[in-house]
Amino acid sequence: MGVTGLMKLRRSTIYLGMTSGLMLTLAGLLLHASGQRRAAEPGFARKAALVRQVELTDLCLFTEASYTRNPSMTDLSTPFQDSPLSLDHFPSGGLIGPPTHLTRNQRD
Amino acid sequence: MRRKGKNGALLLVYTLVIFVLASVLFFTYALKREAALVLKDAPEIIVQRSQTGRFHPIPVAWGESIGKINGVISVRPRLWGYQYDSVFQANYTLSVPAENAPPTGSIDIGSGIAKIRDASPDDIIAFTGHDGFPRSFTIREILSDESQLLTSDLILLSEEDYRDFSGLPADQAIDLALRVRNPREYATIAEKITRLHPDTRPILRSEILRTYDALFGWRSGLLIVIFSAAALAFVIFAWDKATGLSAEERKEIGILKAIGWETSDILMMKFWEGSVVSLTAFLAGIILAYAHVFLTSSPLFAPVLKGWSTLYPAFRLTPFLDFGQISALFFLTVVPYTVTTIVPSWRAAIIDPDSVMR
Repeated sequence: MGVTGLMKLRRSTIYLGMTSGLMLTLAGLLLHASGQRRAAEPGFARKAALVRQVELTDLCLFTEASYTRNPSMTDLSTPFQDSPLSLDHFPSGGLIGPPTHLTRNQRD
Repeated sequence: MRRKGKNGALLLVYTLVIFVLASVLFFTYALKREAALVLKDAPEIIVQRSQTGRFHPIPVAWGESIGKINGVISVRPRLWGYQYDSVFQANYTLSVPAENAPPTGSIDIGSGIAKIRDASPDDIIAFTGHDGFPRSFTIREILSDESQLLTSDLILLSEEDYRDFSGLPADQAIDLALRVRNPREYATIAEKITRLHPDTRPILRSEILRTYDALFGWRSGLLIVIFSAAALAFVIFAWDKATGLSAEERKEIGILKAIGWETSDILMMKFWEGSVVSLTAFLAGIILAYAHVFLTSSPLFAPVLKGWSTLYPAFRLTPFLDFGQISALFFLTVVPYTVTTIVPSWRAAIIDPDSVMR
């Protein structure tokens, strides 16, 4: 179909074609996701074995400060490490949610 | 569709808002799932000691009394810590692994360190110890690239090297790692430990996993800003639609009614018009977000996550998708938008066409 042919198409047909294209792409991505998840399983097993071997407790996400490197191991008063007015000034402090012990009982 | 410029701009902004929201949802969910999958084998209980409210090394001998508690299979002193490299201004994590530790004089390093120090296996690398004197180590192995999200900044070394490097006395450890057989006993064992040593703080594996659930939770600072901005954008969209139609649009509806269109036909047309914009924006936003998070390494989030870190893991997340979140996004964006386009049109459509056109 040439440019003239495309011009003759109703706008609704173009829209439906585009929407179908987007839906097909989305379906393709969902298939891609499930394939990737299957392919990643042995990798997760290797990483879990590494966690066991090194006895790791945290992901290496924020290396900017020692207390942000291992969020699950930090002491209970971390945001106020040095004094009550020593507010958390590392950017990752804005990404980590309030510690669970502040929002619920520790071991309920 | 009429008013190409206005609707085109609207579509663009709408797509952008969905893209940002979906990227955040995809990224945080995939990261949380990944954390849960790899940290499921973390020690069941970690026992820390605190003195005057601060984290403090724990006597290794305490492991004996804790090991006698019913249900505890093993207690191992964990030796780990941090090392600041003033040359590269990077923080490293030192750790003595439970199994397969490098021989004395050798270390295994994470690929992040290898990259910034341009190091490869068999190279000699030096770090300044606790006494200010440098210690040289031969690199035995670079930890796999695949595990960067866990090991990028890691230095694995032998216990002997660790103690010499850090100056930690032989009778002390950083904390104790406990293996416990029955998950139902975790809380009881933790209680017994705090009764035995009141200045300890047992951290359960479930608490470690909960930490990563709270990470990027909607209550965390940055995300609440992003979500509020998106909510505000939708309020503006809805406000624009709900405050009524332009004179031109009202006239258009009047003409359609005058040539015989029913109110229901007009509502149907407006419904489809709203759906065209919102559905296209939704699909395009979701597809772009997927490509951003799972086909690349989330380049837009990297500067935020890096913060002030010099050493940052390069990782690509496995596409775990939460369909509940995607459908919530759909119902919180597409449906309200479509509804708000219909209401003012309905108000215009029930007025006498003659007065609308006048």
